Amino acid sequence: MNRLLRIALQVMCIASLLGGGAIRLFAQEPAQAPAKQDASKQDAAKQEPSKKEGDEDDENPFAPQPAPALPPGMTGSDVNDPRYKLAPGLYDAGESMMGIKHLILVKKPDAFELGTSDPDNPKVLKTIGLLGIGNVAKIPKPMQLVIAQLAFSNSDLAFQGDHLFQGNFYGINIFDISNPAKTTLLTSMVCPGGQGDVSVYKNLMFMSVEMPNARLDCGTEGFPPEPPPTPEEMKEHKHRLPAAQKDRFRGVRIFDISDIRNPRQVAAVQTCRGSHTHTLVVDPNDKNNVYIYVSGTSFVRQPEELEGCSGEKPDKDPNTALFRIDVIQVPLAAPQDAKVVSRPRVFMDARTGAINGLSNGGSHDKNEQKPRDTDQCHDITVYSAIGLAAGACSGNGILLDIKDPVHPKRVDAVNDPNYSYWHSASFSNDGTKVVFTDEWGGGLGARCRPNDSNKWGADAIFRLKDDKLTFANYYKLPAAQSDTENCVAHNGSLVPVPGRDIEVQAWYQGGVSVMDFTDPDHPKEIAYFDRGPIDSKMLILGGDWSAYWYNGYIYGSEIARGLDVFELTPTENLTQNEIDAAKSVHVSEENVQNQQKIVWPSTLVVAKAYIDQLERSQALSASQIASLRKAIGAAEKSHMAANKVKKLKSTAPSIEKSAASAKTPADASRMHSLAEILKNPSA
Amino acid sequence: MFSASVFFLSFVASFFPLRAIAQQKGASAPAVVQPGAPGQPTKTLPASTTGTLPPLSRADVEFMQGMIMHHAQAVEMTALIPSHTNNKDLQELGARISSSQSDEIRFMKRWLAARGQPISMAMPGMPDMDMSGKPMPLMPGMLTPEQMEALRKVKGAEFDRLFLTGMIQHHGGALTMVKDLFNSAGAGQDAEIFNFATDADNTQRAEIRIMQNMLEKKSSEEKQ
Repeated sequence: MNRLLRIALQVMCIASLLGGGAIRLFAQEPAQAPAKQDASKQDAAKQEPSKKEGDEDDENPFAPQPAPALPPGMTGSDVNDPRYKLAPGLYDAGESMMGIKHLILVKKPDAFELGTSDPDNPKVLKTIGLLGIGNVAKIPKPMQLVIAQLAFSNSDLAFQGDHLFQGNFYGINIFDISNPAKTTLLTSMVCPGGQGDVSVYKNLMFMSVEMPNARLDCGTEGFPPEPPPTPEEMKEHKHRLPAAQKDRFRGVRIFDISDIRNPRQVAAVQTCRGSHTHTLVVDPNDKNNVYIYVSGTSFVRQPEELEGCSGEKPDKDPNTALFRIDVIQVPLAAPQDAKVVSRPRVFMDARTGAINGLSNGGSHDKNEQKPRDTDQCHDITVYSAIGLAAGACSGNGILLDIKDPVHPKRVDAVNDPNYSYWHSASFSNDGTKVVFTDEWGGGLGARCRPNDSNKWGADAIFRLKDDKLTFANYYKLPAAQSDTENCVAHNGSLVPVPGRDIEVQAWYQGGVSVMDFTDPDHPKEIAYFDRGPIDSKMLILGGDWSAYWYNGYIYGSEIARGLDVFELTPTENLTQNEIDAAKSVHVSEENVQNQQKIVWPSTLVVAKAYIDQLERSQALSASQIASLRKAIGAAEKSHMAANKVKKLKSTAPSIEKSAASAKTPADASRMHSLAEILKNPSA
Repeated sequence: MFSASVFFLSFVASFFPLRAIAQQKGASAPAVVQPGAPGQPTKTLPASTTGTLPPLSRADVEFMQGMIMHHAQAVEMTALIPSHTNNKDLQELGARISSSQSDEIRFMKRWLAARGQPISMAMPGMPDMDMSGKPMPLMPGMLTPEQMEALRKVKGAEFDRLFLTGMIQHHGGALTMVKDLFNSAGAGQDAEIFNFATDADNTQRAEIRIMQNMLEKKSSEEKQ
């Protein structure tokens, strides 16, 4: 464990003995860093302990809270998993992995850290001083550097060509991933405002902004606080400075990234609640524009700052900024003219016309004790190829028809009694399943402890048929995590293995888990990577925000540590052929919430993946498998000689025939796809 | 992401001296840039640039100190439930409020402690007085000593009613505090307080709706 952290802990112990307010709390510096304070203060501190002993208010607020007992009938996660007890550390934590190889961690750049990583550097004191924080001398040095780390957290990812875009509460970092194992930082773009959710489309980059410190000009200084009041002002609660600021920006920024090392801001579209996340929507019938769905989850700002904004209840103001999403139209020829073109009331009750028509007392939930109005979406995943979007909207999962992307229409809504906060969604490639996530505890809490139910803070897998969602099962990270690891279901993407539905997903400090949900009733983990907690004595925010597959590699956006790059390795759950088939799929751009249909090439690599799957499920006999492999091997060896290809083609009919009697729809589908490739194979 | 129920100080140890992992290699150093307002040029910043943040505002500190006091009363109110009512719904609700508000009190204490700020607005050693020696004002929505006394005195159905109306008033005050925070110049710019206040607002809004429904259900039952 790190020495400095240990000092911090000791300080906290001292503090809890001393009790009282922070004035006394920090009256003594750690023994290792001799005090420069006057003697009288120290004497006063020494006299305190006896007086304060046993005062419950003085518990150490930094100690983790144990999980409450499991509710009856619930099961927790596995404490025998090797991931449960890994050694702590920031850069030297214990690691455990299965079916995944870690290639590189690229650390967060200094431009995205407060001050410096050396607590003895005078720059640190200067930074703390600039923050206007009390008496700097009273804060133990190790604490001084951790005051504002959420403000520098890494967030979501987007991809284009050889470039990776990593969002951060403080801006965006752009990486060169032409050689993923040697990923390098190209550009650090400073532009604070949180959370920095990011998308890319051709020469445009989009960024979500929601916090009050954000400025139109990307300035880091925020806005000046009210000066200390005069006694008279104190009495009258008078404010000298207006809260409303015309230069404040909350909404979606648009940058031109034609020069990847010098992004230029071309537009900044303001919204009432800002943008917590956003979703790029490309209408197949509209070549002149792209659209952005804006999900705002925080407070509605004053109309003095942005005209027309109202945070009233719907019965008081039918134009309230609550209970809606915002749709931005971006003209590709003139992105500077981007603007909000509609504000769909996606929670409306179609019968009554009430705009607050959805509550989480929805379809699965017989418990009427939870009538929480759903007034926001947290994130929306659009799948334009099937004309649908899945919205994870705080109290509900909803399904939207987006054939007219400016006017999305809700076609279904579901609820789940075990869900706390509907957070994100992804479709299976064939559009017959949707995986939702529940961000119970907001991502900042330890929610994978042995006593945390494996139905809470989990994925919920739904079947999707005729625009109706039907619950199938939950999937939660199977390994228990410690009480100092923030852990809950978070962002993931499909891994394009043909013939299977596989998702790679981030679980914060629970690490990365790869899950097969081909059978939605029995989802199964097939690979994972995990690090130990950043610290074992206190919860320090960290872990993977997003883990996405992009052109053959898995990229993890680590909140505290940086950017991780991984590769899948073969196991009994996933063969090299299946990995190679997934790697054979190439896309030029990837924004995970704008889901693209995966199309596999008609190659022998893909055929071999299907054969491995049919062997695993014993859908074809051993002799069939052997002769197919022999025929494929011969064709490959001959560089697709005509006679060998002809032999391959001749095997197709018998596979088609077997498909008719396949035991599962998955196997039938694999056999059909395999037969199609064999009829028309390429190397 | 982040709503912030059990919010932990992101104590990310950037002070770890160990720089074990990949350092940037290659021909050219990364560009550090800062865009301008829409249509304006982008500035190039020196490679040595490190992060800075807006100053902490007094409104932030007072919000946290005030909310600790505010939450403490909710915990005090819920502590009465076991001895004052057998209403199962209310017991469940009370347990949820008590656990989330206790969690949040711990978070607020951590936030203040890490910033070298006093946990209370009170004069040290004089919990009933503020720093200028005047009696401590109640935070918005807090029950008066008389209201608290009335709540302690009743049991059963009457306790349920007083508890629910009292807690709705109490939570309503928290919404006012959040609104005041974001309506103060330069406040709420700290990422942690922003997340915390946003989440507290969402949670308490939801609980108010739950309590209003419980009250309506009670009154319609009583009419029958």
